[in-house]
Amino acid sequence: MAATEAPRELIKQGAEALVYKTTYLLPTIPALLKHRPRKPYRHPTLDLRLTKHRCLSETRLLTRCRGLGIPVPAVYFVDEARGEIYMEWISGRSIREVLDAMIAEGRKEEVNDLMKKMGQVVAKLHQNDIVHGDLTTSNVMVRGERKSGLLAGATMEKVDAEVVLIDLGLGMMSTQEEDKAVDLYVLERAFLSTHPQAEDLFQDVLTAYEGSFKGAKAVMKRLADVRMRGRKRSMLG
Amino acid sequence: MSKRPQDETTNPRKQPRLAMSTPKSTIALGLEGSANKLGIGLIRHTPGQPAEVLSNIRHTFVSPPGEGFLPKDVALHHRSWIVPLIKRALSESGTKVADIDCICYTKGPGMGAPLQSVAVAARALSLLWKKPLVGVNHCVGHIEMGREITGADNPVVLYVSGGNTQVIAYAAQRYRIFGEALDIAVGNCLDRFARTLQISNDPAPGYNIEQMAKLGKNLLDLPYTVKGMDCSFSGILASVDQLANQLLTGKPKPLMNVEGTEVVTREDLCFTLQETVFSMLVEITERAMAHVGSSQVLIVGGVGCNERLQEMMGLMARDRGGSVYATDERFCIDNGIMIAHAGLLAHKQGFETTLEESTCTQRFRTDEVLVNWRD
Ligand SMILES: Nc1ncnc2c1ncn2[C@@H]1O[C@H](COP(=O)(O)OP(=O)(O)O)[C@@H](O)[C@H]1O
Ligand SMILES: [Mg+2]
Repeated sequence: MAATEAPRELIKQGAEALVYKTTYLLPTIPALLKHRPRKPYRHPTLDLRLTKHRCLSETRLLTRCRGLGIPVPAVYFVDEARGEIYMEWISGRSIREVLDAMIAEGRKEEVNDLMKKMGQVVAKLHQNDIVHGDLTTSNVMVRGERKSGLLAGATMEKVDAEVVLIDLGLGMMSTQEEDKAVDLYVLERAFLSTHPQAEDLFQDVLTAYEGSFKGAKAVMKRLADVRMRGRKRSMLG
Repeated sequence: MSKRPQDETTNPRKQPRLAMSTPKSTIALGLEGSANKLGIGLIRHTPGQPAEVLSNIRHTFVSPPGEGFLPKDVALHHRSWIVPLIKRALSESGTKVADIDCICYTKGPGMGAPLQSVAVAARALSLLWKKPLVGVNHCVGHIEMGREITGADNPVVLYVSGGNTQVIAYAAQRYRIFGEALDIAVGNCLDRFARTLQISNDPAPGYNIEQMAKLGKNLLDLPYTVKGMDCSFSGILASVDQLANQLLTGKPKPLMNVEGTEVVTREDLCFTLQETVFSMLVEITERAMAHVGSSQVLIVGGVGCNERLQEMMGLMARDRGGSVYATDERFCIDNGIMIAHAGLLAHKQGFETTLEESTCTQRFRTDEVLVNWRD
């Protein structure tokens, strides 16, 4: 396979994968290679089962999202035995880093806009009965964000930021309000734990979410239950 | 690890206590009884020096195999042991009541009746000795003691016990919960499985599962339920209980391994359960480490003394260029010294719990505490 021979550069050790910047088919087409390496702490049988399952399920969901017009990287090639997925290269940063920068620079309007888009994208996912499974602010990227620094806002036209979902390896198809509510709960805690100074941000995400599809109200109701369970959980030392 | 004695004592460090060398040192008494262990600890803080464990003793309420413990029995156990234990802690460490600066007790989370029984003792001592009270969050106690003992400076913390499963990281003066069990705690899952298999609760069900798991070799299929940085154990418990029942009764047919070549043993089931749930714990910890960009991990709480869990966590941390920090059963399992230590950290910042406020609470989240002793 030509693709495997292209030079690759390790860009990150993610939560479970090693990700490389490389090219696919042509040296001019940048690609991201996501490799799930063997986890030496895990029993080999369990390891193989999980790696294979996640590789295939991530590929399947990315493809499905693509078809539905939900912004995700396009899948180029998958080799589940090696635990490898080649996909479209997204040039941008995680929403986590983008938010940090925006908050630090007081770019309030852009923050609001981003939160709204975030809510809408998650809504579209859930409307189509797809559950992300690991919806943290590290797993949402922002493409085409306005550059900060010297030229920020001066001569550059304001590019419209696009929210792109990545890392669907723990995702699944589900019609259950519970699963969708847990997605929101995970996202909420990711927000609160990394941007504690901006606790109202998440409310904007929820507002946009709630206004975006018919089933959203029921999911929101369920979210209240999931939160409540969370608070009740610390019962024993 | 050798067998844990039921009533263990750490050797108080025998050090000459020169009045001159410790002008600014402070001493706290810590009382812990949020679950089935009653722990008494005495700690000394001296500026610029590591904390000194003067005494750390514990007595455990053990229930018969196949049974859990009831709050009222545990409370009775704590009430009858607390006075002799405090006396022993004082005498064996040579601490005088006059030297104690504050009395720290577990405010929560935990089981209501046992917490109450210890809080009553703390209040009585506070009035009798005229010492300030400090109510302590049990989880924060575990974290602070773990940091002190291991020297881990700013780790991601996995807190795993009978009642809690949390992945925690510090940010802006709070211990923030990144991930947790969405239903039952991992220790609870292990304990309940031990009951199904009628494994002894002495010294602890989890300890006995660990020993049996060392002899297991067949890995069976169990659900694996990780949701981002959260996980869930009730489905796994239901599945493994079902397998256990099939193993015990041989019905509808004897339980065989995946290849169908061997009959599965109780040891295999312990092995399977541990490998599955610990993989989940390591995985959610790794997710949190990637999310906050840390390579240190600290394991605290009773399940944290499991050596297989420590080993797995170490392998994961190594691949991220970091390392794992863990303590042994003196500090992992509920104890009084951690309450004394965390209480004293807060007290030195001027924190005090008035008599009116000296209640306990079954629910007390880790992130509710203002951690103003850290930057
Ligand atoms: N398609 C992509 N284009 C550019 N960068 C990406 C892409 N996918 C992932 N990344 C980067 O790699 C990191 C890890 O990828 P991710 O799929 O989240 O793996 P993990 O499961 O290990 O977290 C992401 O946080 C992001 O910074
Ligand atoms: Mg990721």
